[in-house]
Amino acid sequence: MTSKLLMDDKEISVEQGQTLLEAARENGMDIPTICFHEATTSNALCRICVVEVEGMRLLQPACIVQAADGMKVQTKSERVVRARRTILEMLAATMDLSDAPEILTLMDEYGARVDRFPEAERRESALKDDNPMYVRDYSKCLLCWRCVQVCADDAQYTFAINFSGRGYETQIGTFFDRAIPETTCVLCGQCVGVCPTGALKPKREYLLEQGMSPQEISVMNTGRKRRKQK
Amino acid sequence: MSDIDLTRLHPAIEAYIPLGRSGLLPALHAAQRIYGWLPQEVAAEVARSLEVPLADVHGVIEFYSLFYNEPVGRRIIRVCTDPACGLKGADDILRHLCEHHGIEAGQSTPDLSLTIERSPCLGLCEQAPAALVDDKAETNIDLDAGSYELGRPRSIVGGSLRLLTEHCGNGTTSLAKYGEYIALKKALTMKPEDVIAEVKSAGLVGRGGAAFPTGVKWEGAAKADGDQKYIVCNADESEPGTFKDRILLLDDPHRTIEGMCIAAHAIGATKGYIYLRGEYPYILPVLENALTEARAAGYLGEHFDIEVRLGAGAYICGEETALFESIEGKRGFPRVKPPFPTTHGLFGQPTIINNVETLCNVPLILHEGAAGYRKIGTEKSPGPKLFCVSGDVAQPGLYEVPFGVTLRDLLDMAGLHSAPQAVLFGGAAGAFATFEHLDVRLTFEDLRAAGLPLGSGVVMVFDESRDLRDVLKRLGHFFAHESCGKCYPCQMGTQRQMEILDRVAVGKTLAGDLERLQDVGWTMTDASLCGLGQTAAGAVLSAVKLWPGLFDSGR
Repeated sequence: MTSKLLMDDKEISVEQGQTLLEAARENGMDIPTICFHEATTSNALCRICVVEVEGMRLLQPACIVQAADGMKVQTKSERVVRARRTILEMLAATMDLSDAPEILTLMDEYGARVDRFPEAERRESALKDDNPMYVRDYSKCLLCWRCVQVCADDAQYTFAINFSGRGYETQIGTFFDRAIPETTCVLCGQCVGVCPTGALKPKREYLLEQGMSPQEISVMNTGRKRRKQK
Repeated sequence: MSDIDLTRLHPAIEAYIPLGRSGLLPALHAAQRIYGWLPQEVAAEVARSLEVPLADVHGVIEFYSLFYNEPVGRRIIRVCTDPACGLKGADDILRHLCEHHGIEAGQSTPDLSLTIERSPCLGLCEQAPAALVDDKAETNIDLDAGSYELGRPRSIVGGSLRLLTEHCGNGTTSLAKYGEYIALKKALTMKPEDVIAEVKSAGLVGRGGAAFPTGVKWEGAAKADGDQKYIVCNADESEPGTFKDRILLLDDPHRTIEGMCIAAHAIGATKGYIYLRGEYPYILPVLENALTEARAAGYLGEHFDIEVRLGAGAYICGEETALFESIEGKRGFPRVKPPFPTTHGLFGQPTIINNVETLCNVPLILHEGAAGYRKIGTEKSPGPKLFCVSGDVAQPGLYEVPFGVTLRDLLDMAGLHSAPQAVLFGGAAGAFATFEHLDVRLTFEDLRAAGLPLGSGVVMVFDESRDLRDVLKRLGHFFAHESCGKCYPCQMGTQRQMEILDRVAVGKTLAGDLERLQDVGWTMTDASLCGLGQTAAGAVLSAVKLWPGLFDSGR
């Protein structure tokens, strides 16, 4: 069954069960997202996709709100833009966005200033390099939860990682901060694949960035020098 | 760490093993009672026994303030530093205590005899300043006189009505004294839909803060399909300035239990939970004893029984879906709504969750009939209401009045010395009023028109001598401490708000701080996932409107 709704004053058709985000994208309209990923359960965490729906008191996250017949939706109203810009500015004051080009582009688009919140306490932590597959740099983590979800029942059922702390001090962590090889992690790499900000990075990529040559990395990994030429 | 004796653990957690993951918080509480904290080996053994992933168990321990994953003192003193206690010198008490023991707040003595912590509101505001010493309430702490009260907190009850508080103020009311559950007996002679109709026509709305019509909620759960339906009593009272549920449960537990029994009949529930906040440990034995009495009298049993769950230090668990998550053994993250609890609540089943005071109104409604009940209060706000009055009044306490009295009437009962500079209405998640609001009638409709939230019935008074910037700073710290961290506006907004309010408090704001504070506040209000974030800036934004000069100290 299709229904019709107004999005930014343009009439669009939507299928039953579609979210506002799906409806927008299918109709060539753009609503920004950060935590959303097709492969993981949507939790409406980042609130970057919020839109104004007529008759609703508060802004609504487009990633989970179902499109309904007769809805009137504004995706770029003043309230929406203020919320998006402020969330982006708070992110820039919280974490290292240097490996998150898509978010930096969004900041430009919304006129968000990286220095909007001076003297803000940043969420910083030392890089964790404790396994042969990937490194964890939680200074770059924006808590999209995707890694925790794919490690759990969205994909792998490994349950190696969860959260530590609460509120602003939340971080992704293992049981009592154990090193990855001492957890149930099977090094499947799915968490690295869904990380949007470079907080989780393949070890090889990280080492290349550190200036190591492919050959040095190979030697480090295998313990062998290059095979002798015959 | 090899000296940890795990053999003591098993008998303590055995009863929770059949509950699976839902037994996690009770099991961690039991383990912590043995070891004083939760060492890795103990947490791992709990995880194995309950078949919960190790990382998840650690995530749960980390979420709740009252669980410790490192050694703490054998005695723990938690000093409340939220606004009501802040007014009465809480900072001096904390400083004195720390200096005396040579440690900082949040630290333990080297011999692990003592840990001193700052605490969010302990619900002892009418006897401020207060602390929690292990499982005991320490109230009316007077540094100069060197005096305090320790143990079960007193109940100070006043007002022009004694309906909900009929049995409050004289210790715990036993079942023998409470008498038969007459209202329940009456309800059992009625069809469930007629009980719901009675509650609906009484016009009862929730007293926890959201003011949702109780009968409508019940009707939703009654009509929902589900294998098992639940009644949950939200006793996670932790809104700063609120202490009504503490008194209702401590002095008159049977009224709440009777309310739950009536609700169970109305929707066909066979299981109930009372989720009691972790900072009210002294209420736990009172509730357990009352449940035992109710079972012996046949009010509870196979047809419907109630289990008490103890929280572990998380304001967010007062949010209904976060509370369900907590009972299910998880971090207290609020869920996205819809679906709503009436169809998908606890364990995904139809659930009604009501505040303690709301449930306490139910026996009264059945007893008096809807028409009789409506004689109390106003047409649009029927019934009695409890107000938690604290701060600068002669007699802080719990006041029961009919809806419709004015703020002035209420404050006169509590003994107002002079026109107040400000009144914090509805709690940390509320808004400020001024002396100009003294003649506002305390009803949902009048307060809504005045832009004041009734919230959980908090009325915290600040006289002319008070520095409201200090109050705002404490509110900022409260929300930053209590944000669960799930959605971005609240997770980062409460932190940014706290940082700006810290600057405001010392008169060292930066150019643009007022605009920053408002952008953060509006964004939290407009875009947060749950009620915590949506109200975390309410009081601050109301202060910006009333007293913009407070924020004007740009360097």
